[in-house]
Amino acid sequence: MLRYALKRLLSLFLSLAVASLVIFLVVEVAPGDPASFMLGVNAQPDTVAALRAELGLDQGKLARYLTWAAGMLSGDFGTSYTYRTPVAGMIADRLWVSLPLALYALTLSTLIAFPAGIYAAARRGKPGDMAVMGATQLGVAVPNFWFAMMLVLIFAINLRWFGAGGFPGWEAGLWSGLHALTLPAIALALPQAAILTRVMRSALLDILGEDFMRTARAKGLTRNQALWRHGVRNALIPVLTIIGLQFSFLLAGAIIIEQVFYLPGLGRLVFQAISSRDLIVVESVVMLLVFAVITVNFLVDLAYALADPRLRSRS
Amino acid sequence: MTRNLILGAVLSSLVLLAAAVSFLWTPFDHAAMNIPAKLQTPNAQHWLGTDHFGRDLMSMIMVGARTSIAVALVAVGIGMGAGVPLGLAAAARKGSWLDELIMRGNDLVFAFPSLVIAILITAVLGAGAVNAIIAIGIFNIPVFARITRGAALSLWEREFILAARVAGKGAARISAEHILPNVMNLLIVQGTIQFSLGILAEAGLSYVGLGAQPPTPSWGRMLADAQTMVSFAPHLALVPGMAIILTVLGLNLLGDGLRDYLDPKLRVARA
Repeated sequence: MLRYALKRLLSLFLSLAVASLVIFLVVEVAPGDPASFMLGVNAQPDTVAALRAELGLDQGKLARYLTWAAGMLSGDFGTSYTYRTPVAGMIADRLWVSLPLALYALTLSTLIAFPAGIYAAARRGKPGDMAVMGATQLGVAVPNFWFAMMLVLIFAINLRWFGAGGFPGWEAGLWSGLHALTLPAIALALPQAAILTRVMRSALLDILGEDFMRTARAKGLTRNQALWRHGVRNALIPVLTIIGLQFSFLLAGAIIIEQVFYLPGLGRLVFQAISSRDLIVVESVVMLLVFAVITVNFLVDLAYALADPRLRSRS
Repeated sequence: MTRNLILGAVLSSLVLLAAAVSFLWTPFDHAAMNIPAKLQTPNAQHWLGTDHFGRDLMSMIMVGARTSIAVALVAVGIGMGAGVPLGLAAAARKGSWLDELIMRGNDLVFAFPSLVIAILITAVLGAGAVNAIIAIGIFNIPVFARITRGAALSLWEREFILAARVAGKGAARISAEHILPNVMNLLIVQGTIQFSLGILAEAGLSYVGLGAQPPTPSWGRMLADAQTMVSFAPHLALVPGMAIILTVLGLNLLGDGLRDYLDPKLRVARA
């Protein structure tokens, strides 16, 4: 197990290094010099040169990559070109909105998908199953930002149960924070819940045909008892992978949903940064998202290996 | 399950038809403003109503279908064009450095959700439909590479491939003549699914302003415009939303139906 974990850890670091290099190189080819963009067209050449030196833009590409990468390792993401404040601090502030939103949505999607998937599998081919499957078919077809607009129309504008957007900040209390994130989280969770329901159902259906399920039935368990005691537990492996994958999609999807609800999260930060050509912020946010995806997948792989010894020997 | 196939085919054809007809005819000029007729709900003259500039929504939806289809189709083309040869090559040289390189490269691309690729590209090259295509296309490459490799690997174990090798055919020729035709069905099904995901991704990117730019009508853009008016003109959001949902639903049903129709052995619930 330790050897497997070390091997995976090595490949994790390698992936992160390559990803950071790719991001850096892509942003490097961007036309336009941030220093002259910041100072406007009438800037004196020596002012531009001074700012370039201040931002470290006069150094070679390799030196700048190494500074950026080494900085990130120590939590220093550089200084924003536009705001002149540390990027790490800006990201940390926004992360306090985006991360809880993604986790909230993940919780909701799991809470919906588990019972729905188990219910559908237990009633395979019956009307209940068909209704659930029809709903999931619709769920994956609905764009989450459109669903978000409909939620605002119904629950914020007409019923006035929630605000139409904005975020009071966690200082206003846990309850008002969660209240403000509820509609966004529901919108974000819907398509993911539909996918997860399908995975749960199909994983369970695969297991229902296994010998140990027949044994469980032969032992005298009812169909539902066998399903709960032996089926659900074994179905968790494929379901866990999808949950891991979903987390990264939720974090990226939050970027769009934040636009609908005017939430001050990573999404708004990155769009503001794009329009002001604050490339170091774009670079860092993208790196953070990619880091999250790669790390979560690594953790899922590790969790697998713990749960299923067969997977350890295979790789 | 032919019911899925029929319903999916009907819905998908309707969208394709609407896009095709829009080249020859739309009820009104999709860009013509008519302020006195603004914000009308669906009626006999404007079947789907008008927007805040009095533009006919039906015409905008028809022309917008072209953008959605074009972006998603080219993105699937990029994904298949690059992903299928990579997957075939990886399977033909299973376990070699090439296989390892292709699969690790795929893992790397998978770490960048298409939205993140789009953000990077837009930051560098600016927003536009072409950049949206590139972003969705790049994300499609590992999807096709992986599915091709997986299917090809099991084919390489079969007797008819052994026979082809005994006959002296090289790996490239076997891949092209024997492996590819046998994974085609799988690719068609996956292509349909990626096509529908492409439509969704395009809508999302245009909605946040990273996709098609204003004079080009697009469903995502229409939703972005509708957002501030949803309280007093909900049809502005309902119409493009329904267009997206019906298109994606149609393509997904078509994909499911095709899978069952083309290969009964593949009748596994899709993840």
